Amino acid sequence: MACVNPDGTITETAKALLRDIENPKTPVEISKQLGQPLFKIRSSLREMVNAGLVKEEEDKFVITKEGEKKLTV
Amino acid sequence: MEQTNETQEKKIERMPRIGEPAPQFEAVTTQGNIKLEDFKGSWLILFSHPADFTPVCTTEFIGFAQIHPRLREMNCELMGLSIDSVYSHIAWARNVEEKLGQKLTFPIIADLNKEVASKYGMIMPGESKTETSRCVFVIDDKQILRAMIYYPLTTGRNMDEILRLIQALQTTDEHGVATPANWHPGDKVIVPPPNTQEMAEERVKNTKFECNDWYFCKKELGGK
Repeated sequence: MACVNPDGTITETAKALLRDIENPKTPVEISKQLGQPLFKIRSSLREMVNAGLVKEEEDKFVITKEGEKKLTV
Repeated sequence: MEQTNETQEKKIERMPRIGEPAPQFEAVTTQGNIKLEDFKGSWLILFSHPADFTPVCTTEFIGFAQIHPRLREMNCELMGLSIDSVYSHIAWARNVEEKLGQKLTFPIIADLNKEVASKYGMIMPGESKTETSRCVFVIDDKQILRAMIYYPLTTGRNMDEILRLIQALQTTDEHGVATPANWHPGDKVIVPPPNTQEMAEERVKNTKFECNDWYFCKKELGGK
């Protein structure tokens, strides 16, 4: 579930994840909500944190302004 | 001579052992960069195959994909590995789906630098120095290596046995029992042998168990 394409766009799965974390959530909560395996959620969150689309706050993850921009493209 | 032996020993990575923490890694896969620690909380079958676009491996991958839903019901994930590029893996996965009708639903590690293969002892130089053998590593939800299976290049693995192995290990964890030869879910399980003479005497009097002798007792698992 690589999320960020080489051209900077993001995958549909990544968009679904970003939409799900407008409010901070734990990886387990996201996994249950999206019906995706926990390992994929952890891997995707790590990639999107590195890309600046998501930030971690006290073991929970939330979309950044940069992530919100990606959703509008 | 001693120096040569020492050099050789340094080159050989220590093989993983049952009961120890599984060697950690981060790898490029067909589903993005994945760390072993991403699987914490679920069981994992990490398996290697010699090469993409080869017939025995193709039958195995179809077999693994077919048992994947049943494994997920048991909170167990799958991840493959070979010394091929991620582009080769993607092309092969697409070919298997197109030509054989089976979607591969699990990530496959592209271990081009052999880092993971070396950590897990997947390469058997007597067979091949450039391909991984058919290895299976069962890693539990706490990331402890619980079982290993090694098959040669020529021989495809048995998916029923891999499923049975997971069922047996999880039954052991849940009920504190062992499982006899050819055990399947629903069969009687082995009660761990007593450690003291007093416990042995009590064991043979215990009518809940079916005992051949003090050290060899079986029981039914309630509701299973």
